[in-house]
Amino acid sequence: MIASVKLSALRETRWHEYAIRFVLGGTTTVLAGLIGARFGPVVGGLFLAFPAIFPASATMIDKHIRERKEKAGLLGVRRGQQAAALDALGATLGSIGLATFAVVIWQLIKVNSALALFLAMLSWFGVSIFMWHARRQPRVRMSRRR
Amino acid sequence: MIEYLLRFAVGGVAVSAFAALSDVLRPKSFAGLFSAAPSIAIATLLIALMQNGASFAATEGRSMIAGALALATYSWTVCVLLQKFHVSSWVATMAALGIWGLVAFGLGSAFSGVS
Repeated sequence: MIASVKLSALRETRWHEYAIRFVLGGTTTVLAGLIGARFGPVVGGLFLAFPAIFPASATMIDKHIRERKEKAGLLGVRRGQQAAALDALGATLGSIGLATFAVVIWQLIKVNSALALFLAMLSWFGVSIFMWHARRQPRVRMSRRR
Repeated sequence: MIEYLLRFAVGGVAVSAFAALSDVLRPKSFAGLFSAAPSIAIATLLIALMQNGASFAATEGRSMIAGALALATYSWTVCVLLQKFHVSSWVATMAALGIWGLVAFGLGSAFSGVS
């Protein structure tokens, strides 16, 4: 299976769930700034990768899948947990990409800020996609052999 | 005050945009890549660049390496808690926050000597 887009999924998210994400994202960005100002960039930098909205996102994924399965008359608890676990697995792979984003910022931002931000985004995206494909390949080959 | 309102707005928009992208992508493991998007980092680094300069932002970037590796450990722990121990998503994601703190501050102190 390759990656695909399902726009109808946007309708499953309620307005208050969008609001929660916005408030959590905004609050964490403010806190990261406050921590950087109070304790310096060494401590502040750690919080640039704080899992701020992860608990809310994982709980929403779990809830949406559970509700969908229960509407179809199935037990949705386990499927909800599995969907949230897959999201967490993806985040693990994406975090490796995030670490390369940070390396590019560290090494290049003093040379050229705009170029550093662009290359950092590119490296996050490229490494994340590569990690996801690399993890999938052995499974795809095994399922083809069957 | 205006600076923090700006931080709040930029951070909120960036996080919401990546979260919405994650909602529409399939399969879930692929969508999860965007749960580790540098949304807060972009908002914070842009403001840090304008206010404190490139050296400050570079030091934040160096520390962020530790934060990102801590996020990888955190996410993997959440995945294991959900798959092997069948705890609820809320419990798994909250319980693993301690792991993030331990790894982030442990690696952060190790990285602080690197220039």
